[in-house]
Amino acid sequence: MSSGQVIKRAKYKTTVKDPGTPGVIKLTGEKFVFRPNDPTSHNKLEVDFRLIKSHKNTKEGSNKPPWLNLTHSQGSYIFELESFSDLHVCRDLVGVALSKHGEAAKVISEEQLSPAEMTLRIKLLQEDSKLQKLHKELVASGKLTESEFWATKKKLLDRDESRKLKQRIGYKNSLIFDTKPTSDGRINQVKFQLTPEIKYQIFALKPAVHQAFLKFVPSKMSEVDFWNKYFKAEYLHSTKNAVAAAAEAAEDEDLAVFLKDDEILEVESRKKVRRVDPTLDMEADEGDDYTHLPDHGLFRDGSKEISGAQNTLYQRTLLQDLNRQGAVVLEGKTLDMEMEPPRTVAEALARRKQGESDGAVEEERRNRISKMTQIEDLQAQNDHHFAPLCIKDPREYFDSQQANAVKTLNDSQGGSVKIRCSLSSEEAYGCLRASISNIKAIGLRDPLFSHEVAVKVLNGLTKNISSTKYHLGKNSQDSVLDILPNATKEKLLDHWVSSQELLRHFWSSYPITTQNLASKTKRLKDAMSQVYSKLEEIKISAQSDLRHQVSLVVHPMQQALDAALLHYEADIKKRNAKGPKPNGYV
Amino acid sequence: MKFQIEDITVYFPYDNIYPEQYSYMLDLKRALDAKGHCLLEMPTGTGKTIALLSLITSYVLSKPNSPLKLLYCTRTVHEMEKTLAELKLLHEYQLRHLGPAARLMALGLSSRKNLCVNQRVLAGENRDTVDAGCRKLTASWVRALAAENESVARCEFFEDYERAGSAAVLPPGVYTLQDLRAFGKEKGWCPYFLARHMVQFANVVVYSYQYLLDPKVAGIISKEMQKESVVVFDEAHNIDNVCIEALSVSVRRQTVEGARRNLNRMRQEIDKFKATDAGRLRAEYNRLVEGLALRGDLPATDAWLANPALPDDILKEAVPGNIRRAEHFIHVLRRLVQYFEGRLDTEEVVNEGLVGFVSSVHNHAGIDQKTLKFCYDRLHSLMMTLEITDTDEFLHIQTICDFATLVGTYARGFSIIIEPYDERMPHIPDPVLQLCCNDASLAIKPVFERFQSVVITSGTLSPIDLYPRLLNFNPVISRSFKMSLTRDCICPMVLTRGSDQLPISTKFDMRSDLGVVRNYGRLLLEMASVVPDGIVCFFVSYSYMDGIVNSWNENGILKDIMQHKLVFIETQDVVETTLALDNYRKACDCGRGAIFFSVARGKVAEGIDFDRHYGRLVIMFGVPFQYTLSRILLARLEYLRENFQIGASDFLTFDALRQAAQCVGRVIRSKADYGMMIFADKRYSRHDKRSKLPGWILSHLHDAHLNLSTDMALHIAREFLRKMAQPYDKTGGSGRKTLLSQEDLEKMVEGGMNDMY
Repeated sequence: MSSGQVIKRAKYKTTVKDPGTPGVIKLTGEKFVFRPNDPTSHNKLEVDFRLIKSHKNTKEGSNKPPWLNLTHSQGSYIFELESFSDLHVCRDLVGVALSKHGEAAKVISEEQLSPAEMTLRIKLLQEDSKLQKLHKELVASGKLTESEFWATKKKLLDRDESRKLKQRIGYKNSLIFDTKPTSDGRINQVKFQLTPEIKYQIFALKPAVHQAFLKFVPSKMSEVDFWNKYFKAEYLHSTKNAVAAAAEAAEDEDLAVFLKDDEILEVESRKKVRRVDPTLDMEADEGDDYTHLPDHGLFRDGSKEISGAQNTLYQRTLLQDLNRQGAVVLEGKTLDMEMEPPRTVAEALARRKQGESDGAVEEERRNRISKMTQIEDLQAQNDHHFAPLCIKDPREYFDSQQANAVKTLNDSQGGSVKIRCSLSSEEAYGCLRASISNIKAIGLRDPLFSHEVAVKVLNGLTKNISSTKYHLGKNSQDSVLDILPNATKEKLLDHWVSSQELLRHFWSSYPITTQNLASKTKRLKDAMSQVYSKLEEIKISAQSDLRHQVSLVVHPMQQALDAALLHYEADIKKRNAKGPKPNGYV
Repeated sequence: MKFQIEDITVYFPYDNIYPEQYSYMLDLKRALDAKGHCLLEMPTGTGKTIALLSLITSYVLSKPNSPLKLLYCTRTVHEMEKTLAELKLLHEYQLRHLGPAARLMALGLSSRKNLCVNQRVLAGENRDTVDAGCRKLTASWVRALAAENESVARCEFFEDYERAGSAAVLPPGVYTLQDLRAFGKEKGWCPYFLARHMVQFANVVVYSYQYLLDPKVAGIISKEMQKESVVVFDEAHNIDNVCIEALSVSVRRQTVEGARRNLNRMRQEIDKFKATDAGRLRAEYNRLVEGLALRGDLPATDAWLANPALPDDILKEAVPGNIRRAEHFIHVLRRLVQYFEGRLDTEEVVNEGLVGFVSSVHNHAGIDQKTLKFCYDRLHSLMMTLEITDTDEFLHIQTICDFATLVGTYARGFSIIIEPYDERMPHIPDPVLQLCCNDASLAIKPVFERFQSVVITSGTLSPIDLYPRLLNFNPVISRSFKMSLTRDCICPMVLTRGSDQLPISTKFDMRSDLGVVRNYGRLLLEMASVVPDGIVCFFVSYSYMDGIVNSWNENGILKDIMQHKLVFIETQDVVETTLALDNYRKACDCGRGAIFFSVARGKVAEGIDFDRHYGRLVIMFGVPFQYTLSRILLARLEYLRENFQIGASDFLTFDALRQAAQCVGRVIRSKADYGMMIFADKRYSRHDKRSKLPGWILSHLHDAHLNLSTDMALHIAREFLRKMAQPYDKTGGSGRKTLLSQEDLEKMVEGGMNDMY
């Protein structure tokens, strides 16, 4: 679309109130042409995009007709298009054309904002006074446009806009512990917690319960009854009293459903075991195991376990539950979590089915086994197109750094030694002799320095040090900022925030690929140099005893700004230099 | 790569070889030359299987006029599949270099359950129902009936296979069980019978131990194998236990009752036949007069798993007169069952020798030793005559006959133990009459005698001199290889104290101590927060694991552990365990990380690899001693002491430590892999226990790691994991080479092996 041209029916209006001249507008990459339907009309237009400063358009959903407003130095051309889809096509083309022509093609986004978004932004600003201040400073003064300002605050907008997460949450590793009964120990009562989430988990863990739910609720019993029964069964189970469980189950056939082993699971696992990794398939071993026939092999040699209990039917073990929950966790959630009421959950769960053909499974099994058999490091090394990641022991890194530091230290010493060494031994000897004879002649002065000088130096130094010490040493929590006067502190903090914001915008606009960005960086640079000079002022205006501290605080800020400004200069120079421009640069 | 070992050109499908693989091949080659048996220990993760396969196939290739057959025995079906997959790789390589000359025929053999493609038959849950389901469709009399009557169901796969006749052969190649099934489905032939048929012509047969060791199976499957065969028992550290189990039978109340029912049913069948088809019973009688050997003429589908424990001359002998007639035989069995029932009705533990038992049977039931010996075969002859296809219903009477035949055949190496109840649950009466084999050499003796070379190999055969004594054979070569490591990729630690510095152990008096349980839990919790991906834990027994997991659950440690990783557990249900393992791998693959709880003598410890990210840490909770109060174990220990001069505590420690070594050895599969091993019990720090660990673990067990507490172990783990995550030079750099290219090998051979080893 950007390459081609667009021809649309439109009405041309000189002002908003103008009823408009119907005609055809033709947009190309370079210019737009308007031909009225009435050939006698004077409103023929043929305008180069170079002359257009910006474009605006009305928003869909607002009660205005689809207008496209192209501003030039004297006024604006307004076209009323037939529909919003036409408008969007035109707008896109105009946007591309304008940016191509190097004109500040500012899409005034305010008009595109929905009222909801607008109120959200206002609300955010109202809630956060600092943000408001920053907004006022940067946007109102034109350093940043509204959209630029909000572009870096997307997170804030997103968070408030939609609380839904992109990634679906899986199951917890320990989901079976969610349905543990709690008892306060005083009264003879246990409590189970039940949330839709837990219901869903129960259905996933126990297909039989799920099946029973579909069958019984609500035709045979109410949902509350169902869960009561279920948790009664759970409780019986947790008491590990298989006999009691069996007795209860014999009385109440509905309860038995929950207590018995899950037949659906069994069938499913039989099915699953067919497609299991062949290197794990222990079930196949059974087929060849002739010693472990009933009554063959050593029966009671202690290596085998005693199964003992008679009511195995009602003895679901913790181990089985753990395995089951592992499988469910790995299968993952197949549904979204907004699934009240449980009836629908149950049905939705019932709907999912896996349909993998046996052939594909066999094939996959075969592939897997051949992959498993290869011994990797006996193979010839294949060429890696990447450098292996090398994560060194961090201590090694620091050690080597230390060594480096020591080396540089040595280097500097070495340098001085070298200078000395450049003296020949004779010269050195001569020098030494001279100074010795000098001392011999004069003798050591009794006080090497005069008292007054020494005291003065000492006082000067201690005063300076102790004042800092006095202010800072009291409390390690105190920062330098706390000793500054409030006004200075406020100012510094404001500058800090705004310079951070500016820097963020500045660096994020590199590499400069559009004219838009170029102008933005220019604006930012100006703003930054303003901040820079203001910081300088603060530094100078600070009281003398605090000047050191202030400069300490200001220094890193200035450094950061310096770096940005330097980069800007270098970049400008590079871009103005002749020669082929790197890809994407304007 | 291709290289010379003495006069053999070895084709090895990789570009590099580990030096220990080379010397392994060299020793193996010498054993083959000497036509003798050998015992080779090489650490896990050094590619034993491929070294073995490439040497033996290359050996056969270089001596085309004396073809050797390779019988490769694995413990489990998935190992079988893995071996065949490796062989396939090797075969492809050899074909590329030698062309059609390298063609060979290799296949895996398993039971009907793993090979059947008939959906109706496969619906059976276990092996016996599948076997019976197959017989119902393929037995000769069923097929004869079906020829007359259209409505009788047959197996279309078997019918097509029969119709194809001699044309039904597999083209040369390597066939895993999966391949066999796929081939069978494609051609419409029964893969099971096809494989059974092709076994005679195959150059390489891969099957389970039990096809050679278990008398119930070995006769039918392995009787055609020629003497010029190389038998390999891979992962053979447990071979003595397999041998012993293969010859042990027990009779319980249920068995006796079931056998009675079986006998009644047979009685009815006999009456029926008498009325309708008396000639049939007479024909059987005549056949039995001529001897059991005739059984060989029976169609393959009717053939039974026969008993090779019977010497050949007995097979040709006539069946004793008193059991030739069907009714008489039923009577004899009734008396035997009656006698067993009487013996089960006891209040005290009885332990007696075979000779005494046989004479007691003779006195009380009037059945002599020779009759007992023929029970097994006579029963099968009868069942065939009676055209019984639902053999899975007749397991009980088969058990009784197995028992009788074993009692009648052997005079020593067994003990009869009758216990009225289980020692650990004295309140539940469950009498059992056990025939337990004490001598592992009995079951393996025919194998050593029949085959030219038997290779016993594993990652843990220490102490290597014990196995020849246990199995009663003389290896021509018995050697233990070291592992040459590029870097210290295994990190064994002995943890003796918990986080509160108190000793930890699973010793009987300490194991239920809550402090120990909590310390074990803390250890796992701390490790789970440090170690990435998979962690495997081994416990000494199911009941201990069950107890400890439950108490971790109660005091909340389990929940904390699950904050870090998912938990999966081995249970006694194989299907569930298989699925748990599959999920465990999934969790490791997807980065969630998982912990697998397993049992030291369980199926997982025996056969599942936890290589690479599937296992970065194994924790062995306790020393996996056998249940020492078991009478069977005591009988065996006594036998060992009397006959082999092996002390009881020596044997127990040896057995426990080989299990522990086996468990922790699961984490490492190649030298590029790495893993930590924690032996969490204070008893491991004692020299007499520790020294029984295999050399490749001991050589990495630093003195500083012998007496650790949880926090120290945690520190070591952090260091180790960080170190291992670095890239490294696989060839071993400047020092000793740990990875040889073809060039290196040639240079080495010129310079003589001595400078390497």
